[in-house]
Amino acid sequence: MSVHVQTPQTPLRVAVTGGTSGLGLALVRAFVGRGAKVAFVARTAGAVAAVAAETGAVGIVGDVARKDDIHRIALQVTAALGGLDVLINNASDLGPVPLALLADTDCEDVERALQTNLLGPFRLSKALLGALAGAAREGRGGVIVNISSDAAVTPYETWGAYGASKAALRHLSQIWDAELAGEGVRVLSLDPGDMDTPMHAAAIPGADRTASQRPEEAAEGVIAATLSALPAPEAMSP
Amino acid sequence: MTPANIPVQRPVDARLLAIDADGAISHLRRGAFASQLRPGDLVVANDAATIPASLVGEHQRTGAQVEARLAGRASLAFKDVTFSAVLFGEGDHRTPTELRAPPPEVRAGDRLVLGPLTACVEAVLGHPRFVRLAFQGDAAAVWAGIAAHGRPVQYAYMAQALALWDVWTPIAGPPAAFEPPSAGFAIDWAMLGEIRWQGAGFATLTHAAGLSSTGDPALDARLPLPEAYRIPAATARAIHRAWARGGRIVAVGTTVTRALEHAAALHGQVAAGEGLADQRLGPATPLWVVDAILSGTHAPGDSHHDLLGAFTDAEALGQADAELEARGYRTHEFGDSVLIWRRPSEARARRAAA
Repeated sequence: MSVHVQTPQTPLRVAVTGGTSGLGLALVRAFVGRGAKVAFVARTAGAVAAVAAETGAVGIVGDVARKDDIHRIALQVTAALGGLDVLINNASDLGPVPLALLADTDCEDVERALQTNLLGPFRLSKALLGALAGAAREGRGGVIVNISSDAAVTPYETWGAYGASKAALRHLSQIWDAELAGEGVRVLSLDPGDMDTPMHAAAIPGADRTASQRPEEAAEGVIAATLSALPAPEAMSP
Repeated sequence: MTPANIPVQRPVDARLLAIDADGAISHLRRGAFASQLRPGDLVVANDAATIPASLVGEHQRTGAQVEARLAGRASLAFKDVTFSAVLFGEGDHRTPTELRAPPPEVRAGDRLVLGPLTACVEAVLGHPRFVRLAFQGDAAAVWAGIAAHGRPVQYAYMAQALALWDVWTPIAGPPAAFEPPSAGFAIDWAMLGEIRWQGAGFATLTHAAGLSSTGDPALDARLPLPEAYRIPAATARAIHRAWARGGRIVAVGTTVTRALEHAAALHGQVAAGEGLADQRLGPATPLWVVDAILSGTHAPGDSHHDLLGAFTDAEALGQADAELEARGYRTHEFGDSVLIWRRPSEARARRAAA
């Protein structure tokens, strides 16, 4: 698959949350490898610095679950990239670890899952919507990708906090996608499938790791779906 | 007028005073803005996000407390982290700016330590409180420091301190403004749909709206400072398309008016690209691009009010001022709005015919 670079002067501008491990890290590496300008967000300063040094992407330290961090993150994204074409809300919280029955789940674990998996993507998308709609008016398109899960659709026992938050995110994505059609901004809910990631290992400690796809493979699917939601280069204004 | 002292950008009862091209005044709900448009018209707004431009720290040579309010930048480039700034001494925004303690005496070469940031005073710009600050370190670290340590410029008349989300318009994009382009508070996403439904268009530019006031008469006389702007190619095209259809250009705010008129004066047309708007607009300024302005309410005597004089005559403005007062319109950043259509212009008609 070739990279979707509009012109040599204006590479795709991408922001990824949860960019220092698992799928998020694979997305940062893959987008950078394809010539995109990438900014990523994660909570731990040391990990952010290491990924920034490795990839050349712009690292931003912040927690999407914290309301006070959202506009600070958005400001650094648009300052560094000069705008934004693609936002990937990837950072996720599993809820209680180890997984637990809902009746054994602390309310605080549900709150944290909702903050990270639902309110964080909502707030960050809202704060960056002006930039994304601006990109759409310039003919570049604008895409928000909310990373989902089959747990958003299927009510798996012990996945209550995570599954409920991801189900809400999926519904929000579908409503917002319809509402933003007139602005030229797409909102996608993408399920990358089971992956061999730190989160998956936390959820299912004894799982056969070779049965899951590598995050690098899952990233390819997310990138393909993202690029197909952008206008085709020949349809773009000069 | 009554100061609007609660940071609600779009109160349900927000009002709009409209002055038509003949100088006639009407009173509308602000939500009725889109109904004033015709098919082919184009609304242009400023998509600048507001930088948390107030940075508190210490003047290293004297150890004195200082607040630097970032006020301007020569460009909108990410790597450009040299800002002009107005300095304040001890105290905070709860003291009206004109009563604040003066800052320590600052000389070129001094350093300010502002939270995680260090800034070198490159020059004192003709006034002891007005300096050019070069922030030290790489650009990403400087923006991270501003995001972490900066607070939005505050106003003494507000009941509570403003958070960053209070001062971003719904369409805010790149961080460029030092105070909010507050005319844009009137715009929401539902209104963009109504504008389309009217057959009109919507476009944006990015303009580094500067400080509205410093509390120092000598400095205030220099406002507005030169402001960097960027006009996207899509916006320049949309303006020419509107003109080709006989549509009118409606600027959301004084900053959009300043940017579009500056570009037109420079290029003879609205060209895409960056510029530095350094002109003043007032009653004698011919308007080559903008046909109407949606603005906050402004009191006679401030520079924004002078700019409104470019659109309509002193008599209509005076009558509007009296009605705003008599009918209890709210003023300041979170207040009500005015929509002023420019008077017909013979020079402009000749130009359009040419």
